[in-house]
Amino acid sequence: MFRNQYDTDVTTWSPQGRLFQVEYAMEAVKQGSACVGLRSRTHAVLAAANKAASELSSHQRKVFRVAEHAGVALAGLTADGRVLSRFLRSECINHSFVYESPLPVSRLALRLADKAQVCTQRSWKRPYGVGLLVAGLDETGAHLYYNCPSGNYFEYQAFAIGSRSQAAKTFLERRFEKYNDYTPEQLIKDALSAIKETLQGEKLTSSNCTVAIVGRKDDGTMEPFETIDAKRIQEIIDSMEAAEEAPTEPSAMQQEEEGTDAAAPMDI
Amino acid sequence: MEEQKWDQSMGGFNAASRSQMAEAAAGGEESQRTLYPYVTGTSVIALKYKDGVIMACDTGASYGSTLRYKSVERIKAVGKHSLIGGSGEFSDFQEILRYLDELTLSDHMWDDGNSLGPKEIHSYLTRVMYNRRNKFDPLWNALILGGVKMGPKGAEKYLGMVNMIGTHFEENHIATGFGNHLAIPILRAEWREDMTFEEAVKLVEKCLLVLLYRDRSSINKFQVAKITTEGATIYPPYSLKTFWGFSHFENPAQGAVGSW
Repeated sequence: MFRNQYDTDVTTWSPQGRLFQVEYAMEAVKQGSACVGLRSRTHAVLAAANKAASELSSHQRKVFRVAEHAGVALAGLTADGRVLSRFLRSECINHSFVYESPLPVSRLALRLADKAQVCTQRSWKRPYGVGLLVAGLDETGAHLYYNCPSGNYFEYQAFAIGSRSQAAKTFLERRFEKYNDYTPEQLIKDALSAIKETLQGEKLTSSNCTVAIVGRKDDGTMEPFETIDAKRIQEIIDSMEAAEEAPTEPSAMQQEEEGTDAAAPMDI
Repeated sequence: MEEQKWDQSMGGFNAASRSQMAEAAAGGEESQRTLYPYVTGTSVIALKYKDGVIMACDTGASYGSTLRYKSVERIKAVGKHSLIGGSGEFSDFQEILRYLDELTLSDHMWDDGNSLGPKEIHSYLTRVMYNRRNKFDPLWNALILGGVKMGPKGAEKYLGMVNMIGTHFEENHIATGFGNHLAIPILRAEWREDMTFEEAVKLVEKCLLVLLYRDRSSINKFQVAKITTEGATIYPPYSLKTFWGFSHFENPAQGAVGSW
């Protein structure tokens, strides 16, 4: 995208009918480190690649619990994301106070989208520079939404945002049709594999990714939105790598994978 | 006119001038608070049974001691999963129905598979009633909210009450007004888990009969309603058979000779 005379103000249209400031805000999302989300009928998983500003600092928090039944993963301006997470939490709490029941995820995503839209139509505001993957559970099952700075939102079976997310999207595109019947463990593994795609050669460990899950078990009890602890993530990663050694694993066929596969046995 | 006003405010503090002063001070707004109920419905009773919730009341609305309206429906369906029954000021009940209409309409327009269940509606009403009470302007009602909704663990029955001061609770059987004193003891003795519809109606009729005999504001015209996973059904009104052939009624002065 190149600078032009219609991109100074968010409230200025271009002759082609574009709002450049909004599009630039969406670029900010692409700069953030990757996040993926995927869901089955009963569970939704969010995963994020942890990025630290330097080796000395801790990594940025990208996955937030919004309510017992919902959470978000964000990519882009994390500060904007924090503010929006606070808004989402407050919306959920207010709904629970009046109705004593969880705010349905579609309505939560809508409120977030409406809030984002306001910033695209006020000359004294700027769009939020963060994309959010909203995952949650309500009476109609598990849901995953992507809310972008433009105020648009869509429901997804699986999606990835942030830098190098195209690699993850390609991975998910091949497999998403089966996700409705996946078990929670399968979803987590696929989420980790998708994040691995975005790391491009770097080894996937529990310290450079965060995974969270929310869902409803077969017996009807709810598993509240929770980040999976590092130890368990490492166990899952280890079991995935052990399975990858076997040549029948379909993900091993992919070109991007071959590079990391070749690295793994040599690392040991 | 102005002179009159001037005189009154200078003069004594009688009730009229005080309220006029208050009016003037408040910028012309008279008190809009609910002070007393005018047209009232009497008891509503409800209980959980095997397939859902059954609710019943009479179809009368009194204006003080006058039985003014005799075909009033005090139980209504709310959304797909609930019934609401109200006693107390009937106009406030109608206002509550209007609020619930707005709620259920916006819910319906979402068309996203989510719907407000009885628990959500009860919670919402509790907030409304309590907030009005805190403004000293209550909706003068006792409301019973019953319903069934499919949950992750099967059909979940719900029965709750909220009144004009915001007191709310859930129970297996609930009554309002005189029902609290006359029907609840019967329900406590005879209610069982998983009654059939016929058994539930018999129990409800037993309570309604006692209320008919002993509550002077009740009339012999009742409506029974039920809510199950299939939806709400409000049955057409009917009457109960009463017995007045007691010997005391035939010769009332027998035990106590009086001048009349």
